[in-house]
Amino acid sequence: MLPTLNGRLQSRILVTAILGGIWTLIITPVLPTGAPLGESYKTTFIILLTVIVLGVLWEFLYHFLQQFRWEKDWPTSWGLFTGINEGLLIWLLINLGWIPGVGQVPGWAFVIQFCTTWFLIWAVQNGPLRVPFIRWRFNGGRFL
Amino acid sequence: MSGDQPLPQSAAPTTEPGDLTPELIDTDIWTDEMVARAGIPVVPVPFVTVGGGIGSFVTVDYLRIYGVPAQQIVVLTGLDVPWQSYEYLTRVSQIPRTERLRSDSQSRPDNIWGFPSYALSEAFAAKSLKEFLWPLWNVFTEPILTNYFTPRAGQAFSTMEKEMNRIGYLQSVRKGQVRMVRRRAGGGYYTILTPPAGAAPTKRIAYQSQYVHIAIGYPGLRLLKDLQDYRERYRDPTKVVNAYEPHEQVYDQLRIRPGKVIVRGGGIVASRVLQRLIDDRDKYNLRTEILQVFRTFYTGPHGKNVFNRRPGGHGWAYQGFNYPKSVWGGQLKEKMAKLEGDARAQAYEEMGGTNTPFRKDWLEQLKRGRSQGWYREMQGAFDSLRPGPNGAGVVVAMSTQHGALEEYADFVVDCTGLEADIRESRVLADLLDHSGAGRNPKGRLDVNAQFEVIGTRSRPGRLYASGSSTLGGPFPGVDTFLGLQISAQEIADDLARLGFVKRLGPGRSIAQWWRWARNRPI
Repeated sequence: MLPTLNGRLQSRILVTAILGGIWTLIITPVLPTGAPLGESYKTTFIILLTVIVLGVLWEFLYHFLQQFRWEKDWPTSWGLFTGINEGLLIWLLINLGWIPGVGQVPGWAFVIQFCTTWFLIWAVQNGPLRVPFIRWRFNGGRFL
Repeated sequence: MSGDQPLPQSAAPTTEPGDLTPELIDTDIWTDEMVARAGIPVVPVPFVTVGGGIGSFVTVDYLRIYGVPAQQIVVLTGLDVPWQSYEYLTRVSQIPRTERLRSDSQSRPDNIWGFPSYALSEAFAAKSLKEFLWPLWNVFTEPILTNYFTPRAGQAFSTMEKEMNRIGYLQSVRKGQVRMVRRRAGGGYYTILTPPAGAAPTKRIAYQSQYVHIAIGYPGLRLLKDLQDYRERYRDPTKVVNAYEPHEQVYDQLRIRPGKVIVRGGGIVASRVLQRLIDDRDKYNLRTEILQVFRTFYTGPHGKNVFNRRPGGHGWAYQGFNYPKSVWGGQLKEKMAKLEGDARAQAYEEMGGTNTPFRKDWLEQLKRGRSQGWYREMQGAFDSLRPGPNGAGVVVAMSTQHGALEEYADFVVDCTGLEADIRESRVLADLLDHSGAGRNPKGRLDVNAQFEVIGTRSRPGRLYASGSSTLGGPFPGVDTFLGLQISAQEIADDLARLGFVKRLGPGRSIAQWWRWARNRPI
């Protein structure tokens, strides 16, 4: 998809919140968090929220970078690879203790949660989302 | 006046019953009585689409999926199948079914959702692991590590055929030549069809509909003046050809004896013609020499500032598709939609210009040709063409940056694709003259964002148009597969607002997609 900034923000927030939320509900019980389920849910949902909040900021940077491209496009693979910088930043913030409500998180639990969620959102945005929302791709990724 | 005397207008001696009368021809808005007086049979139907090419097909596909029954739609066309003209043009311009088009993976005229994309479908139809992985890798890494994925022409045609059968498209088709569309007093339109001789009792049939959609494609090909002059003066259609005309004889001749070809143009057709020439050269060990002439010669990236630089080099301007990719839904679509008049024309100018996709195999061939000395490129504009000494070959007189120059060649393949004015089409000329249609800043049919032709409304009816005759409107990519779908969706949504059909929401969309995926008829 070729989003506009508004479309990027809407898609990021809605798809991460709804689809990411469902996925987090499903995957948290099997994550090697070493913590009670209630505690794990709290951590995974705060991490998901962080992906959304920081993501909104990242989107402005990506939008800026798009301006240097003649086609004003965003190659499909970049949508996947930006997970690397975004994931690393969140991991750094967790370890610095700067994400409120999140204590120590085992590395594998974070990697599994973040990577699967990211991949799911990327894959859905690059195809299946067009099935229920036929106008979404022509509207620069806007739902509203 | 005595009652026996016929009305002068309806009884002109040349008019037979069931034909257009001078009264009809001269009247902008027709009453039912006028049509009845002319003896033209009237067929009422809610929706008429004129053209029957891919533009009509895609629009009918949308409407059928939204829920319009086939009986409420009539397609007026001279074509047997929607892709007939398109396939003819691609084939003669050197894209047979096995070669790839210049179209995005998600732009599928047979699938309004664009999912699965052509790449995904190609992968799942593969017979080997390599053939399975390649399209997926291609769409994943495009356009950075690989060139844009593009579907084979054959894949586009065969999938369209499948969808055509699924939606029962041919049920709606009525063959013939459309002569005109006129507004009807009391609302809606009359579309006059001339059926094939002998196919109907009258010369004309009038389709009376609330809604009309016009998608008649390119009004025609226009040859540059130098080429026209040569044709007219020397009556030689074989040595100087336009790439959109059948010109297989050029390749045949070059296989018989070595020759030199001048290729004019820097678009995709020039690229394809060069590929054919070089493929043949390699395959049959020919000694074909090629000179390519660009009117605008790009030596590198070009554009007005760092945010608007298009890649280029060796004469070419490189761009993935006909337009920068974001015109089909991204930033440029949004930007263009806000522009009017001169500002819009200017924006078209900036992103327009002839260009070709960046394809590694093409670049390799030209690089090889350059280093081995059988291919060269230059800047120049043709002044005139004349037969060579003793009638052999052609001499091209050109103006270049370094002054006048003459070049001899055995063949000239002209790859400029100028489109004729919309007046060349009788239907469009009639719309301009009688139905209130106007021209947009690019000189084509002026449509609004819903693809309604501005000025032609006949309440409660509406007249829409899509495809290349509307180029220059608020949405730029109209003459592309995806552009036709964007137009069709706008039209279908507009018709939904008018209550003709129910808008397609997420639930019904999923259900309809599931039917599509299982190839279940609608």
